[in-house]
Amino acid sequence: MLKTFKKGGVHPPENKLSAAKKIEVLPLPKSVFIPVAQHIGAPATPVVNKGDLVKTGQIIAKSSSFVSTNIHSSVSGKVKKIDFSADSSGYPKQGVFIDVEGDEWLEEIDCSEEFVKEFNIDGPEIIKKIQDAGIVGLGGATFPTHVKLVPPKGMKAEVLLINGVECEPYLTSDHRLMLEKPDEILVGTQLLMKALHVEKAVIGIENNKPDAIELLSEKCKGYQGISVQPLKVKYPQGGEKQLIKAVTGKEVPSGGLPIAVGAVVSNVGTAFAVYEAVQKNKPLIERVVTVTGKNVANPSNFKVRVGTATSELIEAAGGLPEDTGKIISGGPMMGRAVASLDVPVTKGTSGILIIKEDESKRKEYMACIRCSRCVSVCPMGLEPYLLMTLGEKQIFDRAEQERVMDCIECGSCSYTCPSQRPLLDYIRFGKGKVGQIIRSRKK
Amino acid sequence: MSKLLTVSPSPHVHSDDSTQKIMYRVVLAMVPALAWSVFVFGIDALRVILIAVLACLAFEYLIQKYLMKIKPSVMDGSALVTGILLAFNVPSNLPWWIIIIGSLAAIGIGKLSFGGLGHNIFNPALVGRVFMLISFPVQMTSWPVNTQSGIDAVTSATPLSIIKEGISNGTPISEISKNLPSALEMFWGGIGGSLGEISAALLILGGLYMLYKKVITWHIPVSIIATVGIMAGIFWMVNPEIYINPVYHILTGGLMLGAIFMATDMVSSPMTPKGQIIYGIGIGVITISIRLFGAYPEGISFAILIMNAFTPLINYYVKPKRFGGK
Repeated sequence: MLKTFKKGGVHPPENKLSAAKKIEVLPLPKSVFIPVAQHIGAPATPVVNKGDLVKTGQIIAKSSSFVSTNIHSSVSGKVKKIDFSADSSGYPKQGVFIDVEGDEWLEEIDCSEEFVKEFNIDGPEIIKKIQDAGIVGLGGATFPTHVKLVPPKGMKAEVLLINGVECEPYLTSDHRLMLEKPDEILVGTQLLMKALHVEKAVIGIENNKPDAIELLSEKCKGYQGISVQPLKVKYPQGGEKQLIKAVTGKEVPSGGLPIAVGAVVSNVGTAFAVYEAVQKNKPLIERVVTVTGKNVANPSNFKVRVGTATSELIEAAGGLPEDTGKIISGGPMMGRAVASLDVPVTKGTSGILIIKEDESKRKEYMACIRCSRCVSVCPMGLEPYLLMTLGEKQIFDRAEQERVMDCIECGSCSYTCPSQRPLLDYIRFGKGKVGQIIRSRKK
Repeated sequence: MSKLLTVSPSPHVHSDDSTQKIMYRVVLAMVPALAWSVFVFGIDALRVILIAVLACLAFEYLIQKYLMKIKPSVMDGSALVTGILLAFNVPSNLPWWIIIIGSLAAIGIGKLSFGGLGHNIFNPALVGRVFMLISFPVQMTSWPVNTQSGIDAVTSATPLSIIKEGISNGTPISEISKNLPSALEMFWGGIGGSLGEISAALLILGGLYMLYKKVITWHIPVSIIATVGIMAGIFWMVNPEIYINPVYHILTGGLMLGAIFMATDMVSSPMTPKGQIIYGIGIGVITISIRLFGAYPEGISFAILIMNAFTPLINYYVKPKRFGGK
């Protein structure tokens, strides 16, 4: 039976152009720029110096606090400099520039394709390995995975949800990974289950990926406690709270974490990275990235080393089309438009989407006609039209009352507004200000 | 790379719907009732519609350009909707200058004085109608006869005014009913009245199209019609000699027109389904109260305008169910 979340949601055209394309290994770049902040939390501290020789998989920046992660070199070569450069946020971020020389991996890393199913390792050790490998949520939020695996005192995980929803239009990296590495994902899931002490895991997949549902359902039979839940296609089902609601029927309380309803959510890509970290000793230094767009010659899924410039990926997909207007890191609903092709692939880059010139600019917006579509599509039960006005007029106390902080920034309101109003822009602004006010109150 | 890339916050895609498309869908939904009015009242109906539409468009353009000094937005379709709705609310023999005054009241007072599309508190077409009704009561309440009704006369009263007059003269309903059209006639459109209110069937057809196209939701029309039906039904059961049966209340007057096309005006109705039901019940109660106990035979225009005024209050107190409780 198909399940889905109840409140709100939209159906943007799927445009999964690269769904049938096998994951290809992108050739090694000549140089990489690896930012030390690729995750939510404190940036890592660089531990290499200019001129150092590094191997693939070697730590180049160390985790600086509990909510932080290690950063590893994705290539072997010489550290050219440690400097600032723009990442997909557009802001200059500190990172390590490395000139690639050969591809020499650390000895302890198992680079073979051989599948290792059995493991004999206890929970705390799994978490330690995940932490050492610098694994973060690969769905885009990049929250350090080891933090999620240690529930706050008094709370206990009951179920692990593996997010294979991929509700963003265009993106197919998770879909391809599920088709090509199902066993690895399932072993990764088992490792996460063991770390969390849960007996049950559910993989949520939207039914626009029937091949993945079928394959994983079949493979699941060989793994105790794991099942697949097909889901009705609806954006933003890949949102953590929406996925939990769809699969378990429970609502994460306002301001609370998924663990409050006994759930922990990890992406399929994260489960795969966990498999590699524990079974292969391989840190998170590469990921699958979809390169796509309506006028891209050859929409593709690439396995890419972290730190590779966006331009290399676009070149491999057939080059930058003539009428390109916008380049997005991520999907069209929540991704970030980048200002330059030098922006590197980081742990959270799920796709590179190229938008045509004529689709890249917003239309002029009109007055709100109070059609209430934004209210009906909001998956969090908020009133976007009101929150926009409160942001615009800077009435932050009222915005807080109206629960602006619950907004998950899915963009369903802006997407659906017939007057093309920039609802989410102003809501984000309000959210930022209200967040500041709340933090200053705590001090 | 030489070319500059566009950088903007997400989302980077947009549904292909627009406010203009919504307005034109409303216009399309009104076409059946509009065509029927021309068929029934002849060229006179066409004259009223053209004058109302052109006057509304012209006032919108002139006021925006010369008084407000902003870019005129006549093409957004909203003034067109107001014009047609205004025409729907008047008799087909209304003198042209009254229609023009009504259009000025609708667009100038009802809409642009509040700031234009999206900012008006009251439904502009109803502001225009009530302005005309109060200023020109005689012309606004003498309806040409429906050519499909088989009555040989120049002007006729609406079913509601026949009832109202009869009751105030002390005639029992059983006597009054002899002069009333049948329920079927009222449903299909063989009764006297304003342009747009004579055929419940065609109004419902337009309403179904708007429901299908998601221009409106069921909450407002259904709650209005149900409230009117239930309240009228209670009075009828208590004393059928002074209160007519609820079918007459539902099928006569502007009830269908008001419930389907006027009360559902997005700008002046509440945002949440729950709020819309409260608003609909309010309109139903006020409509029946005016019809049964007020001075006017018909009350839906006033009822909608009164509830329009409550819309901001309803929006303030009635919130959607938040995700995650509390």
